[in-house]
Amino acid sequence: MDIHEYQAKALLADFGVPIPPGGLAYSPEQAQYRASEIGGEQWVIKAQVHTGGRGKAGGIRLCQSEQEVWTAADEMLGSRLVTNQTGPRGRGVYRLYVESVADIEREIYLGFVLDRATERVMLVASAAGGMEIEQIAEEDPESMIRVVIEPAVGLQAFQAREVAFALGLDASLVTEAANTLRACYRSFRDLDATMVEINPLVVTADGRILALDAKMTFDDNALFKHQRISELRDKSQEDPREMRATDRGLSYVGLEGDIGCIINGAGLAMATMDMIKHSGGEPANFLDIGGGASPERVAKAFNLVLSDDNVKGVLVNIFAGINRCDWVAQGVVKAMQDLDIQVPVVVRLSGTNVEEGRRILEESSVSLITADTLAEAAEKSVAAVHQGVSA
Amino acid sequence: MSIVIDSGTPVLVQGFTGRIGSFHSEEMIEYGTNIVGGVTPGRGGTTHQGLPVFDTVKDAVSATGAEASIVFVPPPFAADAIMEAADGGLRACVCITDGIPAQDMMRVKRYMRRYKSDKRMQLIGPNCAGVISPGKALLGIMPGHIYQEGEVGIIGRSGTLGYEAASQLKAEGIGVSTSVGIGGDPINGSSFKDHLAAFETDPQTRVVVMIGEIGGPQEAEAAQFARDHMNKPVVGYIAGLTAPKGRTMGHAGAIVSAAGESAEEKVEILRQCGVTVVERPSEFGSTVREVLATIS
Repeated sequence: MDIHEYQAKALLADFGVPIPPGGLAYSPEQAQYRASEIGGEQWVIKAQVHTGGRGKAGGIRLCQSEQEVWTAADEMLGSRLVTNQTGPRGRGVYRLYVESVADIEREIYLGFVLDRATERVMLVASAAGGMEIEQIAEEDPESMIRVVIEPAVGLQAFQAREVAFALGLDASLVTEAANTLRACYRSFRDLDATMVEINPLVVTADGRILALDAKMTFDDNALFKHQRISELRDKSQEDPREMRATDRGLSYVGLEGDIGCIINGAGLAMATMDMIKHSGGEPANFLDIGGGASPERVAKAFNLVLSDDNVKGVLVNIFAGINRCDWVAQGVVKAMQDLDIQVPVVVRLSGTNVEEGRRILEESSVSLITADTLAEAAEKSVAAVHQGVSA
Repeated sequence: MSIVIDSGTPVLVQGFTGRIGSFHSEEMIEYGTNIVGGVTPGRGGTTHQGLPVFDTVKDAVSATGAEASIVFVPPPFAADAIMEAADGGLRACVCITDGIPAQDMMRVKRYMRRYKSDKRMQLIGPNCAGVISPGKALLGIMPGHIYQEGEVGIIGRSGTLGYEAASQLKAEGIGVSTSVGIGGDPINGSSFKDHLAAFETDPQTRVVVMIGEIGGPQEAEAAQFARDHMNKPVVGYIAGLTAPKGRTMGHAGAIVSAAGESAEEKVEILRQCGVTVVERPSEFGSTVREVLATIS
């Protein structure tokens, strides 16, 4: 789960990470009031959206007066911000963060990730701050500092100091930088994060360390431990289809194609999508309806897949393991009878009681196309969608 | 022979008396697995499905001589159950539970390092379908009837995609020595590489099928292991050609977040290491048949 910058900063500040003074605004008036509360002569207004690349897309504005703050907030609130990471739909801007402007002397990249090779948390830092980490890895890989953290004891002071010295920080700043690094690590560990990124971490002209931007991503599987984090979920930032799926306990990822997919099991779902691609089609979504495939789940899945207007055909691929194909077939037929589906539907069943399942499909009154193998299912769904387009 | 589990291996069920644990225990017993009892804290001294229930793994091991366990404990308590199994002296543990926090698994892996490698329990999963040695024993949740006994080893992350592969093999008249699900989580117990090594020395196995997916370094490591340390042919498939970068495809671990983690990149590594690549997921059966023909 992703959270907003202002939420990440508040969490990190609780662990002792220094952040600039700032405040949240839902209206231009609030933004202006926050600016006057913070004081000073200039402010940055930052769109609170779950994406990177905000600066280049106009989601971060520098303002020199409280009037400018009002005007910038008025323009930004309610708009959609399209960055190089959001896709064409962009993200709605409903919250702004008003922050005092720091006098920056240098920028540092700081990140913590779960490293799958070592199965530990890894700190990544670079003196080339402000750039995206992918860009640093490509253009300046020598500058990347990596420290693997031993889970039993955590990030040690000497390790944090080594990073601070390797970043070329002035000796007078090393203790503060090391404390900041260790605070970030503790937040990662204690809150079950999967990513903490401060880009940039800056050194100010008056010799302080500040987290100028902050991103945190949390382990969905660990949210049961953290009520406070669960409450930070902002549904306005999620794809509406994916949000409905999450609320219904289904695993869904929206894509750009036109063949809707209803499959049980994540691996089989990915493989079926691969097969559609090999057959010359494009999947509209990833959808894993789980190991079982009860009529209710199948109906929910149809509703979800068909809520995407791009969908011109549906491919159902169920491998009945513990459950039975005849039972799945009844569920598919019932869902199709109840839903009045207007696009072609290809159904492929395999596993336990497959003959009985196929017989139920073929003898039913609903109009569907059956397939025996994975290849046949993909080819038939691509053909059905193409025919629909030309007709 | 087979790997991980054989007919006769005495097995405990952790989370025995729960709904899911009960259901799958019955299936496993019916398949012929030697289930000797279960563990549910607070239910020690009672019986369930005619078998003894114990409060702790240690009690269960000393009373039954169990060598392996299968975990059906819910996600908040599953990491603890795995560590209890490791400390209880079991040789192997399969964890079916889906949804264990990644950092809990990190701590489990760290905890298991306290045992010397020859005394360390082998963990399979979590978030997997388990292990089946067809005709011998089932330590998992897969439908037994889709597997025919034979000479092909299967290692995969996904349950249903593994079933798809096994049924394609069966349709070709090809059987399976053991099928192992290593699970779809980012931090898991045994890896593809661990089971490749076991299949290499298993006399029943002649070919190994490795069913990988996007995300993480394990498929590439396994391919390099196959190139450097294996004589038996390895057949590989990587799912997730259409997965966009940075999106989790169902399995917590199925996410392309670094270089080398996409399906195209992994397929290329497999090819370079001499693994026979299954081009399309409809071609597991035909590809294995062709590879078997070259070695007989």
